[in-house]
Amino acid sequence: MSQSLLEIAQRVVGWAGHGIDVDAFVAHERETEVRAYGGEVESLTAAAAQGIGIRVVHQGRQGFAYAATLDDDTVRETFDEALDNSRFGSVDEFAGVAEPDGVEPESLDLYRSELVEFRTEDKVALALELERVTLAADPRVTGVESAEYADSVYESAVATSRGVAATARETGCYLAAFSLATERDDTQTGFGFSVGRHPGELSAETAGTDAATRATRLLGAAKAPSRRLTVVLDPYVTARLLGIVGATLSGEAVLKGRSLFADRMNEVVGASSLTLVDDATDPDAFTASAIDAEGLATRCIPLITDGVLQSFLYDTYTARRAGVSSTGSAVRGGFKGTPGVGAHALSLTPGTRSQDEIVAGIDDGLLVQGVTGLHSGVNAVSGDFSVGAEGLRIRGGETAEPVREVTIASTIQRLLLDVAEVGSDLEWLPMSAAGVTLAIADVTMSGT
Amino acid sequence: MLEAELVNRTLSVAMRTGADFAEVFAEDRRSSSAILDDGRVEEVVSGRDRGAGIRVVVGETTGFAHTADLSETGLAAAAGAAAAAARQSGGARRVVEVSSLEVPRPLTVRVPPEDVPKSTKVALLTAADAAARSTGSAITQVSARYGDGRRRILVADSDGLFTSDDQVRTLFSVSCVASGDTGMQTGRESAGRTAGFELFDLYDVEEMARRAARRALTKLTARPAPSGEMPVVVGPGGGGVLFHEACGHGLEADLVAKSASAFAGRIGERVAAPTVTLVDDGTMAGEWGHYGIDDEGKPAARNVLISDGVLTDYMWDRLRARKEGRASSGNGRRQSYQHLPMVRMTNTYIENGDADPDDIVADTPHGVYVAQLGGGQVNTATGDFVFGMTEAYLIENGEITAPIREGNLIGNGPEVLTRIDALGNDFAMGSPGTCGKDGQGVPVGDGTPTLRVTALTVGGTAA
Repeated sequence: MSQSLLEIAQRVVGWAGHGIDVDAFVAHERETEVRAYGGEVESLTAAAAQGIGIRVVHQGRQGFAYAATLDDDTVRETFDEALDNSRFGSVDEFAGVAEPDGVEPESLDLYRSELVEFRTEDKVALALELERVTLAADPRVTGVESAEYADSVYESAVATSRGVAATARETGCYLAAFSLATERDDTQTGFGFSVGRHPGELSAETAGTDAATRATRLLGAAKAPSRRLTVVLDPYVTARLLGIVGATLSGEAVLKGRSLFADRMNEVVGASSLTLVDDATDPDAFTASAIDAEGLATRCIPLITDGVLQSFLYDTYTARRAGVSSTGSAVRGGFKGTPGVGAHALSLTPGTRSQDEIVAGIDDGLLVQGVTGLHSGVNAVSGDFSVGAEGLRIRGGETAEPVREVTIASTIQRLLLDVAEVGSDLEWLPMSAAGVTLAIADVTMSGT
Repeated sequence: MLEAELVNRTLSVAMRTGADFAEVFAEDRRSSSAILDDGRVEEVVSGRDRGAGIRVVVGETTGFAHTADLSETGLAAAAGAAAAAARQSGGARRVVEVSSLEVPRPLTVRVPPEDVPKSTKVALLTAADAAARSTGSAITQVSARYGDGRRRILVADSDGLFTSDDQVRTLFSVSCVASGDTGMQTGRESAGRTAGFELFDLYDVEEMARRAARRALTKLTARPAPSGEMPVVVGPGGGGVLFHEACGHGLEADLVAKSASAFAGRIGERVAAPTVTLVDDGTMAGEWGHYGIDDEGKPAARNVLISDGVLTDYMWDRLRARKEGRASSGNGRRQSYQHLPMVRMTNTYIENGDADPDDIVADTPHGVYVAQLGGGQVNTATGDFVFGMTEAYLIENGEITAPIREGNLIGNGPEVLTRIDALGNDFAMGSPGTCGKDGQGVPVGDGTPTLRVTALTVGGTAA
């Protein structure tokens, strides 16, 4: 399959005439999703999808078109459409497609035939087991809103008229449960998941009990009085925060005057315990990939080292414009998305202490289990940061009463500087960042 | 899009091994967009997406498969896969005669975007860029986006339904960055309608750009938002997001059925202040959440959910309604043929009250005035929800005063509904939104008059 995807991409690239540059991205994905509810299969989706995205750069003008079919006529029409679209773009001397840069892609083994051979009835059994485990984990779990098994077999190819030709294939699967716990009049919810490259790496037990624990430990939660305190972010919350930090370090944001950190290279932007890398070559990362969305090798990029800003992320265009080399940080949202710059797999260098040990050292704090409104109350340009939060109060080194309907607020700049400690519990989550416990001092909790 | 005979044969394949229900949903979507950023027209994009999703229901189990191959072979393969998927539980065998039935609908598009030259679309972007930058030298960055999409759908099912719709939407947005001694701030403005290029008869992109720019400039002098519970006045239009989150999602029958809603089992109860009437209305011609038929072939409808403070009904899709032995309310929607439909909102709004909006502010000694909202999120089971304020001010001694910085507000839906103590007479629809649920995004509209909530928690950092 990879070979034929690459053949399609290279055929398109071959249509580039004099003075025209082209890149073609072709992807094929096969997926299964099973949802269990009430001891039965609520839905089972089995599907394959494929498509192509074509970028044309003609006389410094860029055009793009995509199609969700790969038949010859459609692919040709899509190329013509992209070429026509390029007539309406502005001339930009830095516009262009990727060229081979001599960096060899790592040989990452992200494809597991075990997943491809895994039978549908076994997928169904896993989803049903997940629902059972979640319900059985605690008598206060009164329902499972969703219990899901999902997997994907993904293959892609990129070619450019400047000689890039790369393919990738990977498998991935996860179990996710969303539980409802009830006690007296109070209802709380919690999620849990388990991820892997093949189903043998999944644990319904872990996903189910996490979902149950997260819901039950919030039972009786109440709004708390407003105050400033130390927050301890659960690994999942940290991973979501890192996603926002990553956006502020994109070369595109820097070049276009939208990055908080544009003029801060080699300066202290975080606590000395803060070391942040983007490394898609780490095979443990859920979003690991040997090549970026333009077909260049991904590499380990130290972004912040011991609190000092070390690098921004660049794709081909932003690198040319900034006069540097691509960091292999091109990303795209599937074949429909135009290539842009972004982080692939962010992680903090872990510290030495567990979450329990960190909590034990905090007199007055909030263990944040979940956050909401990251898209509505966080502004990566101004740095304003305000999100809904739920979790457990920390008093005298121990977790205490559950708290809900509060916000935690600061600025992105302050959050990085106020990092008090990074935990030892690094774990890769189904997103482009790893989770780890993170303690941050002096955050405003707003409640009553 | 597909011949009735081909659809019939596909449904027969889907039903062959016995099923309670089978459906073919075919979709042909063409879209175009253009993006200006940093003074340059960066991207002009065209897309084509076409395929069919086939759903087979056996007992409690739904089998689903989709394909981009609309040939007889492709459709039959998908139908077979969906049927096999549905047979994960034993179900009754049933034979259905499929016949043709057209549901007529009015087409509201005056100027099809596909007839408009790309250069005309691009010209809107450059005009917006120039207008925003002319607002002041502190405007340091501008991006603008034009987008249109035409979505033709066909729905046919084993109950004999055979119907189609042609949905055209056009959208324009502009975002600005202002820079000053206090750092950078952003301002955004957007307009979108279920309509063609005539959108721009209603909206002047230069005026939109200036408003976005002024919003960013104003925030350069903004102080940190306050922290804690206080009265909150939401300006006309903006409050729609609040209701979308505070109760809209909680009134979706699929969540109610799973007891994942704080409004489950409360039909007939007083859930809101008596002045509150909440409506979800997919028939509002031209509005962002408007359509002729939903993605299960049911015509859009106007559904009153809360009438004078009393909860009257939930929103329904076909599957949920079938289980309850009632009709769908026309709220079954999906992002694309690659997704299963579920209960979704359309245009959700609060009807006018009778207060003068100026009096509402004058009558508020101290609080926050939210002029523009920026999306939100809810946990329907607990009712806790957040929504962002992207333009807001302090209210001091009954007057709107200093601008405040961005942040979320947090509240509990069932509580907030009872705390609405003033509704203005200045109803307006808000900005076009994309509502996310279970990984699927669909266009939705919302609207409200000016309203006041007696206590909401503002998530700022100032004491």
